[in-house]
Amino acid sequence: MIHRECGVLKTTYEADMALYPLPIARWTVGVLAVLFFLVVPMTVHEYYLSLANLVWIAIIGALGLNILVGYTGQVSIGHGAFMSVGAYTAANLATRLGSPWPVNLLAGGLMAALVGAVVGIPSLRIKGLYLAIATLAGQLIIEWTINHVTFISGGVQASIEVARPRVGPMVLSTQRDMYYFLLVFVGLAIVGTLNLMRSRIGRAFIAIRDHDIAAELIGINIFRYKLLAFAISSFYAGVTGVLYTYFLGIANYEQFQITVSIDYLAMIIIGGLGSVLGSIFGAIFVTLLPIGIRYAMEAFGGVFFSPQTVLNLIPNLRLMLFGALIILFLVVEPDGLNRLWRNIRNYFRVWPFAY
Amino acid sequence: MRHHLAIVTALILAVGSLLTAAPSHAQSKSEIVIGVQCDRTGPTQIVGTVLCPAFHDYIALVNSRGGVDGHPIKAIEIDHEYKVPPAVESYERHKKEGAVTMAVYGTPQIYALTAKLTEDRIPGTSPGFGSAAAADGARYPFIFPIAATYWSQGAAAVDFVKKQLGGNLKGKKIAYIFYDNPAGREPIEVIEDLATKEGFQLKTFAVPPPGVEMGAQALDIAQRFRADFVIAHLFGGAPSVSIKEFKRVGYPLRKVVSFVWGAAEANIDGAGGFAVAEGYYAMQFAGVGTDYPVLNEIRDMYKKQGKEPPKEMASTVFYNRGVLIAALHVEAIRNALKAKPDGKLTGNDTKAGFEKISNFTLGGLVPPLKITATDHEGGGLVQIWQVKGGKFEKVTDWFAAYQDVVGKHIKEAAKK
Repeated sequence: MIHRECGVLKTTYEADMALYPLPIARWTVGVLAVLFFLVVPMTVHEYYLSLANLVWIAIIGALGLNILVGYTGQVSIGHGAFMSVGAYTAANLATRLGSPWPVNLLAGGLMAALVGAVVGIPSLRIKGLYLAIATLAGQLIIEWTINHVTFISGGVQASIEVARPRVGPMVLSTQRDMYYFLLVFVGLAIVGTLNLMRSRIGRAFIAIRDHDIAAELIGINIFRYKLLAFAISSFYAGVTGVLYTYFLGIANYEQFQITVSIDYLAMIIIGGLGSVLGSIFGAIFVTLLPIGIRYAMEAFGGVFFSPQTVLNLIPNLRLMLFGALIILFLVVEPDGLNRLWRNIRNYFRVWPFAY
Repeated sequence: MRHHLAIVTALILAVGSLLTAAPSHAQSKSEIVIGVQCDRTGPTQIVGTVLCPAFHDYIALVNSRGGVDGHPIKAIEIDHEYKVPPAVESYERHKKEGAVTMAVYGTPQIYALTAKLTEDRIPGTSPGFGSAAAADGARYPFIFPIAATYWSQGAAAVDFVKKQLGGNLKGKKIAYIFYDNPAGREPIEVIEDLATKEGFQLKTFAVPPPGVEMGAQALDIAQRFRADFVIAHLFGGAPSVSIKEFKRVGYPLRKVVSFVWGAAEANIDGAGGFAVAEGYYAMQFAGVGTDYPVLNEIRDMYKKQGKEPPKEMASTVFYNRGVLIAALHVEAIRNALKAKPDGKLTGNDTKAGFEKISNFTLGGLVPPLKITATDHEGGGLVQIWQVKGGKFEKVTDWFAAYQDVVGKHIKEAAKK
């Protein structure tokens, strides 16, 4: 956040432990909340809200993965599969029992947490790349199961249509409705993660990431906390899956394949491992940059090439530019966009008196 | 410095002239927008890189003749890499641009957009992919498969096999080799039904993704199961592998019929060329080859502009499918404009336009579909072509089979 911190004298423990110890930080959060809850949805076209919605979903998923990979140091390539567990749990509950969305959301999250904890068991013995392969196996097993067990997938097509969520008499179907619906959960996820990471659990996660043997020596139960990290991360993934299902109106197995897991990993690596703001930056970057590149190409491509060539060039050049920009950002700042942002902020903090 | 200035000025002028050129180019009547989704860079790019240019060529042809009743058509293409979130963005962008019909591309994409298309009342097409149950226009009013679904393809394949094996399938052995994903498994229920009806023995062989390893399955089919005929339903690179493997185990390719995604020149080339695949039967939902009036018109259009026809035209299977999809969209718009000549079309109008398509054949490239308010598939018509002497040769004319069995499954699916 943009603020200066001089003259802050804390007199109570509560003040010292506050999430935002500075008044200006609280005001910034307040302004952002007003901006996103009131100004943006009231003023912009529905199309831009649909972009925001895609970003919201990505943020929740990225936060979840960052808890596991960034904060606890356990690599996972199974995030997409955990999302599908949540999605299919909710879709089955909704269509078979007709249960309301809050129940489905919670159930989807908890089921994903359970499955995530099971998939996380190998993390007790293996680390790093080996664990990545173990979670990859988890991803493939879950994909296979959903694909083949019609009790879960609801038929050979492996897709279950879900009715739009209702809040009281309102049916949430337009992008604007979805914007509010998703934004509430984005807010909860951000506040939840921020708080989790300064709690005893969060500190245990960070200790395990930094050195698991040392963490064990200071009395952290590795078994418990590693599985807890998997469970919490998968809970976020499950919730993301449920929200995605309600956003699209359908749970389909091809929406949660391995490429999705890779995309989420890309988000948190670009954004910054082990930071909440980084997850948000990464989600925005990966979701919106390709779209932004396309707009730029549509505007200027016609200057150089014929329309047919432009159509063929846009998607290919977009991929190349996207890849190049990822490399560029990671070379400029290996710690991700979050670190880049902090560097800029630190520079302006003392500006113009740099010395 | 002056040199740079000149370049910059020239660029600005060029951009400016483009911007000003756009409105003057537009004819007096309002533009009609089609949203086109495409995959030129993702896992199905061998389809997209040919199919999408064909779509634009047909639209350019229509526009070069003054559009539809004077209304120019604008096809806005967005590439989604076969991913779902970009497809959602693409849908919303098309909606913002005022698209009255959308050519969706990809099975997960059409699933993901079904709810939105229905709520926003914009017809979306899913030719050759998506759910077979979407043929039911009453259940899915805004989804239009407009080509034979996998159920119809399965039924047609069994019918074709029956004719090849002398008109009786009793006691015969048919192998169904499929890509192990929902789309691959979809036709099984129909083929199983037909197995009981016709009394043949069916055995299914799953090929796990990514479908590059099927030596065991081919060997099993050829030497253990000793199939009388093989129905193949594979995607991507898998059809090429299947041709190679059948060749390797010595199973005659004239006893293999493939569904529509294993039926293109690219699949044959991938297997080592037409000489290798001699005898292989391929199912098509659009005509194959270069010998259609509409393709000549496209070539003429390029000639008039002083250009060579695009190289994509050589890949006739995917190119012609692109033309078919574009032509059906334009035809729906034409029908809609007949009912509403002022040109202020909505998705409801184009939906009605699609449902009036009947006997629109484009000189044989398009099957004589009859799309109605209840049948959005248009009859489930396919042709079978065979690899013969270095090219595809037509074996059957347009036909559909066992539509009663397919209809029963569509009804059952609608109840869900």
